[in-house]
Amino acid sequence: MKKVYLTVLQNQALTDSVYKMQLKGDLSGIRAGQFVNIALDGLYLRRPISVCDVEGDVLTIIYKVVGKGTERLSAMDGGEILDVLTGLGNGYFTDFAGDKPLLIGGGVGVPPLYYLAKLLIKEGKKPTVILGFNKAEEVFYKEEFEALGATVLVSTVDGSFGIKGFVTDAVKQVPEYSHVYTCGPEPMLKAVYNATTTGGHYSFEERMGCGFGACMGCSCKTKYGNKRICKDGPVLDKEEIIW
Amino acid sequence: MVNTKVNLCGVELINPVIPASGTFGFGYEFNDIYDINVLGGISIKGTTKEPRFGNPTPRIAECTSGLINSIGLQNPGIDAVVKEEIPKLRKIYRNAIISNISGFSVDEYAYCCEKINALKEVDIIEVNVSCPNVHNGGMSFGTLPENVEAVTKAVKKVTDKPVFIKLTPNVTDIVSIAKACEQGGADGISLINTSQGLRIDLKKRRPVIANKIGGFSGRAVFPIALKMVYQVYQAVKLPIMGIGGVATAEDVIEMMMAGATAVQVGAENLVNPYACRDIVNNLPFVMKKYGIQDLNDIIGVAHNE
Ligand SMILES: Cc1cc2nc3c(=O)[nH]c(=O)nc-3n(C[C@H](O)[C@H](O)[C@H](O)COP(=O)(O)OP(=O)(O)OC[C@H]3O[C@@H](n4cnc5c(N)ncnc54)[C@H](O)[C@@H]3O)c2cc1C
Ligand SMILES: Cc1cc2nc3c(=O)[nH]c(=O)nc-3n(C[C@H](O)[C@H](O)[C@H](O)COP(=O)(O)O)c2cc1C
Ligand code: FES
Repeated sequence: MKKVYLTVLQNQALTDSVYKMQLKGDLSGIRAGQFVNIALDGLYLRRPISVCDVEGDVLTIIYKVVGKGTERLSAMDGGEILDVLTGLGNGYFTDFAGDKPLLIGGGVGVPPLYYLAKLLIKEGKKPTVILGFNKAEEVFYKEEFEALGATVLVSTVDGSFGIKGFVTDAVKQVPEYSHVYTCGPEPMLKAVYNATTTGGHYSFEERMGCGFGACMGCSCKTKYGNKRICKDGPVLDKEEIIW
Repeated sequence: MVNTKVNLCGVELINPVIPASGTFGFGYEFNDIYDINVLGGISIKGTTKEPRFGNPTPRIAECTSGLINSIGLQNPGIDAVVKEEIPKLRKIYRNAIISNISGFSVDEYAYCCEKINALKEVDIIEVNVSCPNVHNGGMSFGTLPENVEAVTKAVKKVTDKPVFIKLTPNVTDIVSIAKACEQGGADGISLINTSQGLRIDLKKRRPVIANKIGGFSGRAVFPIALKMVYQVYQAVKLPIMGIGGVATAEDVIEMMMAGATAVQVGAENLVNPYACRDIVNNLPFVMKKYGIQDLNDIIGVAHNE
């Protein structure tokens, strides 16, 4: 963990309610699948947001406006300086990926898969990425994943874009995969767990007090014992998950 | 040079700044980012006889200038704390270790304190009486003077280490509880634990916390804690560890003026992991600013006519 000050470079709407923000500063030690915890003036707790990309000293995050904190973030237009804890959580590891990893993201579970996809491609692997949304207007980052060289499938619940249905309907169209990496709402994670046949790494969310392992606010039970989502997670091995 | 040393029942602290139980784990997360040996003491996570997973999640709700927690005393149990956690902490930390004990019956408190008594690594025992008493309809021990006295006596019987009883603010008359501690033979008093609180999620129309009601703490409770420390200082002769909403060196000084000999910092560690270190670093400057040469000179000065 590091406490750093990051400067907002830009903040741009990707959809009606989802924004992409770029921040500049000391990003040493950040891994794919980790998250940062952002302090905002007037709000007591920090806000945990996944790392979407790191390029040199520029961090990209993507967030959905759902309440006071994310609303405040969305109003920033550059130059603001934020107090951020970085390098939080275990992150995704590429060791288990095999040749054809399958990355599955739902809604704002999509962002952490981007940095992972980039690393996997750099290692010569051939990831397929499934992006799940409710409807066409919510879709984001399809082109960005394609530009990395990943095979991309999009599913929408109402069928207004790509495959009609859930991410698990898209899984049926993937002929072969070696490992699953996924992030999204818990019902989606559970559906992926049941619909896929290989091992996998699943990224969870929980309300957090500290975000760095001190308060036991985010505990969950696993087959390998009690874990803190913020410190021992957010990524859990498929083998250890207890639903 | 100003003097920041204080003495708690014969235990000398290099300064009065102590992270509060449950907000500092067993110290490691913080030792990764600063040398925790700058801290006068550490009160470690509350320990019970059996290992506990604690309450269902969500366990945390944000409030204005504070948070509600409902951890439910998640801890690895007394045996693991005695065998692993405390010796491991002692390897990296040389100042005062305060072992925080919880229980659901008088026997359980005594059982754990006896085990802790055997550990030379522990300097002070802090007994958290905010827990529900299973033999009394689940009402918190800390709300009835006779229960507090009974726990204090039982614990004092099994240990020769200084015993601080940690009080809950969820009572009508904190002074009568403090007097019961004195009556029971306590060596000191820690106060306050969290105040009961509730938040409701407007979208879901349900309480945010899975267990609904939790414990509120953080900056917002500082004046309440200060008042209770002030009242207890007036009523009993025992040294006090002042806890509740402390976030700055100024707060530490204010707590001491109200009557605290040492001060604990809780929730602030969670939002600013450097909070305790920053307070320790600022303390000499703030002392100079207010013309304080020795912290011992200000303990309870606010009571002077
Ligand atoms: C490890 C992790 C990574 C995340 N990554 C992203 C991301 O990349 N993009 C994104 O849009 N969102 C992400 N989230 C969810 C994000 O943290 C919440 O949407 C955000 O905290 C809401 O804050 P708010 O003030 O707008 O909402 P409010 O509802 O006003 O927040 C009130 C409190 O509830 C907490 N809270 C509310 N919703 C959540 C939630 N879903 N998870 C955890 N805490 C919550 C807030 O942090 C705050 O303490 C992540 C959450 C976690 C735990
Ligand atoms: C997340 C959390 C966990 C806590 N766990 C314990 C505990 O195990 N034992 C205990 O005596 N107090 C516990 N407390 C209470 C604190 O030690 C402290 O008394 C209280 O939070 C008031 O201080 P603050 O306002 O600085 O947080 C906990 C508080 C928080 C926020
Ligand atoms: S949020 Fe504090 S331990 Fe995970």
